[in-house]
Amino acid sequence: MISEYGHFALALALACAVLQAIVPLTGVALARGSWMDFGNHAARWQFFLLGFAFLGLAQAFLAHDYGLVYVAQNSNSALPWYYRLSAVWGAHEGSLLLWVLVLAGWAAAVSLRSRSLPRDIAAVVMGVMGLVSTAFLLFLIITSNPFLRRWPAAQDGADLNPLLQDVGLIVHPPLLYMGYVGFSVPFAFAIAALVRGRMTPAWARWARPWTLAAWVFLTLGIALGSFWAYYELGWGGWWFWDPVENASFMPWLLGTALIHSLVVSEKRGSFKNWTVLLAIGTFALSLLGTFLVRSGVLTSVHAFATDPARGIFILAILGSLVGGALLLYAWRGPSALAGSSYGLVSRESFLLANSLLLTVATLTVLIGTLYPLVLDALSLGKISVGPPYFNLAFGLVMVPLVVVMGLGQFARWKEDSLGRLAQALSRFALAAGLLGGLAIAVLSPNEWGTTLGGVLLALWLVASTAAGVWARIRERQHRWRALFTLPRAFVGQCLAHLGFTVTLAGVVLTSSQSADLHTRLAPGDSVELGQYTVQFESLRDYQGPNYRATRGTFHITTTGGERHTLMPEKRFYQVRNMAMTEAGIEPGFTRDLYISLGEPLGDDGAWSVRLHIKAFVRWLWLGALMMACGGVLAMSALTVRKRREAPQAALASTLP
Amino acid sequence: MAEMLRALCLVVVLGLTVSPTFAADTPLGFEDPAQQALFESLLEELRCLVCQNQSLADSHADLAQDLRDEVHRMVAAGENREAILGFMVERYGDFVLYRPPVKSTTWMLWLAPLMLLFGTGIAWWLTQRRAAVTHSVPLSEEEKARLARLTIEPQDDSRQH
Repeated sequence: MISEYGHFALALALACAVLQAIVPLTGVALARGSWMDFGNHAARWQFFLLGFAFLGLAQAFLAHDYGLVYVAQNSNSALPWYYRLSAVWGAHEGSLLLWVLVLAGWAAAVSLRSRSLPRDIAAVVMGVMGLVSTAFLLFLIITSNPFLRRWPAAQDGADLNPLLQDVGLIVHPPLLYMGYVGFSVPFAFAIAALVRGRMTPAWARWARPWTLAAWVFLTLGIALGSFWAYYELGWGGWWFWDPVENASFMPWLLGTALIHSLVVSEKRGSFKNWTVLLAIGTFALSLLGTFLVRSGVLTSVHAFATDPARGIFILAILGSLVGGALLLYAWRGPSALAGSSYGLVSRESFLLANSLLLTVATLTVLIGTLYPLVLDALSLGKISVGPPYFNLAFGLVMVPLVVVMGLGQFARWKEDSLGRLAQALSRFALAAGLLGGLAIAVLSPNEWGTTLGGVLLALWLVASTAAGVWARIRERQHRWRALFTLPRAFVGQCLAHLGFTVTLAGVVLTSSQSADLHTRLAPGDSVELGQYTVQFESLRDYQGPNYRATRGTFHITTTGGERHTLMPEKRFYQVRNMAMTEAGIEPGFTRDLYISLGEPLGDDGAWSVRLHIKAFVRWLWLGALMMACGGVLAMSALTVRKRREAPQAALASTLP
Repeated sequence: MAEMLRALCLVVVLGLTVSPTFAADTPLGFEDPAQQALFESLLEELRCLVCQNQSLADSHADLAQDLRDEVHRMVAAGENREAILGFMVERYGDFVLYRPPVKSTTWMLWLAPLMLLFGTGIAWWLTQRRAAVTHSVPLSEEEKARLARLTIEPQDDSRQH
C-alpha cells in the first residue's frame, strides 16, 4: 500500500522537477525575483518526494511485497533484511530511482547554500538541475518504473543476484552515484556562468567545493568497487579495465582535471573557457557512463539494437544536454583569453599541461572502451580491448603526467625559473633516487623496467611534496610548530597528492611483486609458496540463510614463526542457481595472503585452490582514502574561507 | 572438423545457459619456469568467449577450461607464443585477443594515444605563447573610479532574499 503512495510521490516529483526547470529560468528572463527563488523551494520539495518514493520501495522490499514486479525479480523470502534493503538499488529500475534521488539531494543541498550566491546564478543552477531531473524522471517513469504491479502477485521472489549480496555492495552504488551525479552541480554552474555571462573568478569559487565533494565521493566509490572485486570475485584482481569500471573512471579522471583547473581560474583568473569545458565534459562522461551501464549496450550491441528503448532515451538525454551545453558554449563562451599572464615555467603552465594530460588519459580510456562497440555496430568485426591495451596506453600517458605533477605542485604562480626549481628540488630528488635504488635492491624485481620506473615516479612525487613543505617552514623560527600550523588547503593538497603516490606505488608493486599458485589440494596436504607454507586442514559444509556453503580451513606458517588461519568459502545460492567465491584473506601492510577455493576435483575431497601473495595491495585503497581525506580538507578550507570572506565574494560577483 | 565445431557450439550454448554451476577449474602448470611464465601470460591475454568479460586465467566456465587445456598442450609441445595466439585467432577470430592486433580496422585505436599526446603538446605550446603575449593591462582611470565606488558601497546582490 505504501508503495502506491510512493508511486504517486514519484509522479509529483516529476511535476516539481518540471516547475523547478521552468519557473526560475523564466524568472531570470523576466527579471522577477520571486520566480527566481522558486527553484530553491521546488528542489527541496522534489527531494522530499523522491525520498518518500524511495522509502516506499524500500518498505515494499522489507515487507516482501511480491506484487511489485521489481521486488519479485530482485528479492526473496530467505534474503536477510539488510540485503533486501540494498536490493532496492540492486537492479536497473531501483538504481535509477537512487540516481534521481541523489540528483535531487544535490539540488536541495545547493538550494540550502544558495544565499551566498547571486540570485540569478542560483536560479539558473536550479533550473538546469531541474531540467536534468525532469529528463531522468521521465526516463524512469516511462521505461523503468520500479512501482509496476503484476497480477497475481508472485509466490516468492527470484532473489537478488548473489554477486550483490555483500556489504560492499550496500555502500558502493550510493557512493558512486553521489560522485558522478554530483558533477551535475559544476555542470549547472558552468551553464549559469555562460547564460549570465559571468565568467569571473568568483564563479570558480562557487563551483569548487561542490566539485571537490563530488570528486571525494567518486574516489571512495571507485576504491570500494575495486576492493569489492578483489575480495568477492575470487581471482585476486582489483581492476580489469572493464567498460563498467571505465564508465566510473572517466568522470573521475576529467573531474580531477576540473578541480585543478578551477583552482587556476579562481586564483589567477586564467583558463576560464577550459574550466567550463571540463565541467561540461565531466558531467557528459557521467551521463555516458549511465548510458553504457544502463542501456545494455555492453552485453551486446545487438541486444541493444533489438530492445533499444532505454538506450535511445538516455542517448537522447545525453545528446540534448551536452549538445545544448556545447552550443551555448560556442555562442556565449568567453572569447578572449582573459586572466593574468604567466610564464612558460610557472604553476599555471604546469597545471594546464596536467589537465591536458588528464584529458588525454580520459580520451584514451574512452576510445578503448567505445572502439569495440563502434566496430561491431559498423559490422567491421568483433575485437576485444582489454588490460594489455589499457595498461600500455594509459601507462604511456601517466609518465609525463606524474613528472609534470611533481613540478606543478612545487612551482610558483605566474613566473618561476628552471634554475630555481632544479636547485630547490635536486636534493630531494637525489634522496628519492637513492631510496628508489635501495628499494629495487631489496625487492625482487621480476619486471625490472616497470618496477624501477614506477617506484622512481612515486618517489619523485614524495620528493616534490617534501620540498614544498620544507619551502614553507624553513624560514620560520619554530619549524615544528610551523609544520603543524600549515594552511589546511595546503595540507589537503599534500595529503591528496601523497595518496595518489601511495596508489601509484601500490599498483606498480602489486603488479610486479606478487606471487600466486593454482594447484590441487586435499585436506591434509600442504604446499609452499615463497616463504609461506600453506596447509589445507579441513573442509566443512554449512547452511547459510539463503545458500549452502563449503568452508575450508587453511593454516599458513612461515619459518619466522608467523601463523595465520584463513577460511575461504564456496557458496551455492539455490534460488538463482549460482556459485560464489568468498576468498579468505589475511590483510597486511606490505602483503595480503589470499586463498580462494576453485572447484571440487574428484572424490577424495581435493579442490582446485588459488593461493596469492598480494604485495602492497592495500596501498591501492589506502591511497584512495588519503586522496578522499585530502579532498575533504581542501573543501573544509574553502568553506571556512567562504564564511570569513562572504562579503568580498559577493562584491567580486558584481564585477564583470 | 565439422564434428568438433558442433561440439564446440554445444559447449558455447551450454556455457551460456548454465555457466557457473558445472564449472571446471583443473590446475595446470609446468616445471620449467619459462614455460610456466609463457603459459600464464597467454592465459591473461586470451578472452573467455562465453563470459561477460573475463580472461582465461580468471574464468571458471567449461569452455575456458577447454581452452586452458589447449594452451597447456601447445605450450608443452614446445610451440611459441605467436603460433599459439595464431591458432586461437584462426579458430575464434580477433575477439579472443585482449591485445587487439594492428590492422586496417584497429590502427586508429593504437595510434590514438600517441596522436593525442602529440596534439596536446602542440596545444600546450600554443597556449603558452598566447599567454606570454597577453600582458596585463593596468586599470584605466574610469575603472579605478568604479573599483573605488564598489569598495566603498558594496552592491551586495546576494543579500536580497
